[in-house]
Amino acid sequence: MPPRTLAQKIWDAHLVHREEGRPDLLYIDLHLTHEVTSAQAFDGLRMNGRKLRRPDLTIATPDHNVPTVDRDKPFPDPLSQQQVDALRANCAEFDVPIFDVLDARQGIVHVIGPEQGLTQPGMTIVCGDSHTSTHGAFGALAFGIGTSEVEHVFATQTLPQRRLKQMSVEVTGQLPPWGTPKDIILTIINRIGVGGGVGHVIEYRGDVIRNISMEGRMTICNMTIEGGARAGLIAPDETTFAYVEGRPHAPAGDDWDAARARWRTLTTDPDATFDTEVVIDGAEIEPHVTWGTTPAQSVPVHGDIPDPDAFDDPVVRETAKRALDYQRLQPGTKITEIPLDRVFIGSCTNSRIEDLRAAAAVVRGKRVAGSVRAMVVPGSGLVKAQAEAEGLADLFRAAGFEWREAGCSMCLGMNPDILQPGERCASTSNRNFEGRQGPGGRTHLVSPPMAAAAALAGRFVDLRELF
Amino acid sequence: MEPVTAVTGNAIPLPRADVDTDQIIPARHLKRIERTGYGEFAFEYWRKNDPDFVVNRPEYQGAPILLAGPNFGCGSSREHAVWALQQMGLRAVVGTSFADIFRNNSAKMGLLLASLDPADVGYLMQRAQDTPEAPITVDLATQSVSIPGGWRRSFEIDPFVKHCLLNGLDDIGLTLQHADAIAAFEARRPALLPRTKR
Repeated sequence: MPPRTLAQKIWDAHLVHREEGRPDLLYIDLHLTHEVTSAQAFDGLRMNGRKLRRPDLTIATPDHNVPTVDRDKPFPDPLSQQQVDALRANCAEFDVPIFDVLDARQGIVHVIGPEQGLTQPGMTIVCGDSHTSTHGAFGALAFGIGTSEVEHVFATQTLPQRRLKQMSVEVTGQLPPWGTPKDIILTIINRIGVGGGVGHVIEYRGDVIRNISMEGRMTICNMTIEGGARAGLIAPDETTFAYVEGRPHAPAGDDWDAARARWRTLTTDPDATFDTEVVIDGAEIEPHVTWGTTPAQSVPVHGDIPDPDAFDDPVVRETAKRALDYQRLQPGTKITEIPLDRVFIGSCTNSRIEDLRAAAAVVRGKRVAGSVRAMVVPGSGLVKAQAEAEGLADLFRAAGFEWREAGCSMCLGMNPDILQPGERCASTSNRNFEGRQGPGGRTHLVSPPMAAAAALAGRFVDLRELF
Repeated sequence: MEPVTAVTGNAIPLPRADVDTDQIIPARHLKRIERTGYGEFAFEYWRKNDPDFVVNRPEYQGAPILLAGPNFGCGSSREHAVWALQQMGLRAVVGTSFADIFRNNSAKMGLLLASLDPADVGYLMQRAQDTPEAPITVDLATQSVSIPGGWRRSFEIDPFVKHCLLNGLDDIGLTLQHADAIAAFEARRPALLPRTKR
């Protein structure tokens, strides 16, 4: 057999049917579902008299719409309530397990899969959500799908897919102080562009990747889609195994040893070739801030707002001009002089326990600036409970942060947590698109410690000056 | 799905790069549990904030084709973006490149996508700006974009997607023809793989 990449090995191991001129038919090991992209797919099953083939490989949780306060009351938006009610009814009808709104295990779908040990190396994982790439952190092939594909997986537990091109992104050396996984992925997207990964699966490699935690790897794989690639993955290692071990759905006993032996084979062969290769020196990965309306439009925190006329490519120039007009920013403005109204720490990118610890370390003993409204939204009920047990919740509250229930919240503004028109927000989420966090809102993407420092100062801060 | 063959009509020029699916249909309008009711919210922010935005202009009302810049449809996987475009009356998008999930969703829903060279898309954009009523034909069978008078360019499309679109095929039905292969695969899956319920 010719040398293969990790992604190709997982692909081949899930091949149900291959036929010339047709996409490969892949088996799906885990299907995560939530309220926003599933109702029409369940309807499709009903209309065609089809069953949901494998409820035991499917799990649901409401996350996008759910309010982050007063969870025992009806939702303020009846449409949101209806959508979550529909998920509940559909799960009952089709026998799909659900972590419902008041379940301690409820949370963002990409937080709960790993947390429960359902996300494991070598699996194929899909969800009607583009940030499904998160699960690639475990050496799984995981990608987002649309509602018609959700219905396809419900009905068949398979998905026809065209083979992907292979991209290697190697991050070498060591990170500088305050360079975080969020800064790694923002730097990568800045380098390859928001369309740079289209048609590819990305494997992240190199010493920097090897030396970061599972939470950090999830942050990186999560934002793979912001570079245009549907899936990003990292070969599993001892860090991965240690994270999975002992979780509710992790293999145990003899199964654990057997599973680990299988997982150790999940590496890219030394002679395998990639269609595209990118190498980034870890030393260049400084704390980043996005200034525009795509995740590629970022600069290091000590930098300035760029002058669009300095970009050679006319398309890039025009996009930058539009972005600065929307963001109401002038070329040459120092990033550290941009005043902020809101701070959001949360989302499937940065809402895990390590993210909250990193933000709390910056906040400890200080106060949120009087001009800023700041909010922490844990990724799951279990993350929230753990943070409370560790004293982080008290620390955030004492500093003036709002401490909320788990959900997607202000990442995409489907629940009541939204920016008001004109408000400017430092956010640990993944998308700074126009209006993403609320119509007319302006978003700057940063890491958890950068968001925490921005909340205290009321503007962006170069953490190296603070500590 | 209805078969898709050719689309002829005038085109809306949208010369912007990286148009994300949050612009095509904002998240706050994804709360419906039906596939309908999205058309009026397509490009909502740009329509509301700029009365002169191209989609608002009377000369482009009812146009069945959109002319798009690079990386159209990036961001969220929401199929609602395709539904919204179709429900505002679009049946084809001609652009330079499309995001992967948006491309898949379009194929499932019968929204015809055609990628051309940037220079050719630029030419069509200029023409649509100068002459808003000028027709374009996007023909799936011949994989071509053409205008009256002889200008004509070819586009690539996945042969299986083309087959499904031309014949209006339900690909769940096609996959279920392989039910035996699926069952055989399931029989050899390792027992230690996780299950969501026991």
